Amino acid sequence: MSEPMVRAEQVHKSYGRLEVLKGIDLTVQPGEVTCLIGPSGSGKSTFLRCVNHLEKIQAGRLWVDGELVGYRQQGDKVHELRENEVSRKRAEIGMVFQHFNLFGHMTALQNVIEAPVRVKGVPKAQAVTRAQELLTRVGLGDKFNNYPSQLSGGQQQRVAIARALAMDPKLMLFDEPTSALDPELVGDVLAVMRELARTGMTMVVVTHEMGFAREVGDTVVFMDGGVIVEAGRPAEVLGAPREERTKAFLDKVL
Amino acid sequence: MSSTQNPAGPGEGSAGSVHGAIEAVPVRHPGRWIAAAIVVVIAVLMARSVATNPRFEWGVVGDYLFDPRIMRGIVKTLELTVIAMAIGVFGGILLAVMRLSPNPMVSGASGIYIWIFRGTPVLVQLLFWNFISAIYPQITFGLPGVHLDANTLINPFTAAILALGLNEAAYMAEIVRAGILSVDEGQSEAAQALGMTRTQTMRRIVLPQAMRVIVPPTGNETISMLKTTSLASVIAVTELTYAAQLIYAQNYKTIPLLIVISMWYLVGTTILSIGQYFLERHFGRGFQRSPEGAVGV
Repeated sequence: MSEPMVRAEQVHKSYGRLEVLKGIDLTVQPGEVTCLIGPSGSGKSTFLRCVNHLEKIQAGRLWVDGELVGYRQQGDKVHELRENEVSRKRAEIGMVFQHFNLFGHMTALQNVIEAPVRVKGVPKAQAVTRAQELLTRVGLGDKFNNYPSQLSGGQQQRVAIARALAMDPKLMLFDEPTSALDPELVGDVLAVMRELARTGMTMVVVTHEMGFAREVGDTVVFMDGGVIVEAGRPAEVLGAPREERTKAFLDKVL
Repeated sequence: MSSTQNPAGPGEGSAGSVHGAIEAVPVRHPGRWIAAAIVVVIAVLMARSVATNPRFEWGVVGDYLFDPRIMRGIVKTLELTVIAMAIGVFGGILLAVMRLSPNPMVSGASGIYIWIFRGTPVLVQLLFWNFISAIYPQITFGLPGVHLDANTLINPFTAAILALGLNEAAYMAEIVRAGILSVDEGQSEAAQALGMTRTQTMRRIVLPQAMRVIVPPTGNETISMLKTTSLASVIAVTELTYAAQLIYAQNYKTIPLLIVISMWYLVGTTILSIGQYFLERHFGRGFQRSPEGAVGV
């Protein structure tokens, strides 16, 4: 079997005395779409943020593409990575946020070319061509020069997806990408994500969109109280949950 | 979305069946007319007094308005303002970034600097710098082989620049810090998730957006600095105020000369206010309240 894209073993994370992740074991294979579902406060967003080291884990091991996240193993000693090493690894992982977090002082196009030019050193003309392709692909071919404040939430989120894709990531993380959107704008964003999944992108998606999880997810993971309660094919977890907690959650959201 | 209100639109609702623009009898405001009348009367009285009181000596004001000594004073004032503000802005950015550093020594040093320089009068600081050679006759920076004579290094002009600039840095630090903190955490997170380093994030993402919050108070600081430079007159820097003092010490035309320099200070602050407007517009891009071509939500 090939190296998993994400492998978590007994990942623990706490803020002070509050334990948010209490031993997460998870494997995501390349090309797979994994959907994390669960009530708020269950730790799913925190886990996602650990994957690109926006949060430090306190115990356990977390690998992306076979390499430890945030640390380097030498013999049996673990060394923290330097800031620029962490940055280099983050550059290979795309992340999409609930509140888009587009750079407000830059146009859609400038948002998309910023990281390729500044981080990867791609020539600007080349980055612009690629950004135009990506923005067109997410349906914003006529919005290159709009500032985020001139775009709807759904359009902003699609720019954010294009911005992440411009770095040619090997893994895409989505942190509740549609939770801050008006209901009628959710569909466009999900369509872009569905399309992305079809191209074989490895994706980890924290979501409340059960329809999307069922249709696009290869694996659905139900988390509650900082642990994985149940994981499996969408049809199993969403259709015939074995755990009481999963059933109770699904009863509320479906 | 539904913010377009057409006054000639359909007349359904509580407005009854009346179509077309509303022609209502406006509410009268007699109080406003009375207040306006009082203001006009007072203004006329003051203007007449200023114009007719011979002790203002308006003729003398005209004589000295473009006096070469006054002109040289203006140049000195502008030099002081520009250089002191430059020190203030760059020092302020440095102190603000230090203040937000995770290293407690670095952050603490910045805190103590701000505490001392904001906590003592700028006039006192000005005098201290002027008399620095009394404290440190030889400036060595603690380095072997460096022996600079404080008296040649610190003349009144450099003392004024140091005092005004270093004092301003303390105020600018707080302004810059507020600006940095005003930028949403999500902006740095997004930048870091894209692989940008802390420095890149600060320079490319956070500071440009912080500028929107930093520019207006910095404009005020600059305007304030233009006027504060007049304090340098106490250590005999021939800026605008001292230039005027030198003249009226000889001819006793005190009032007309104070009017002359007040006029020039006003010209300066007015030009700076206009410049501030354009700066604010530049750094506000992407954040206009009603952006043109905005797409409906």
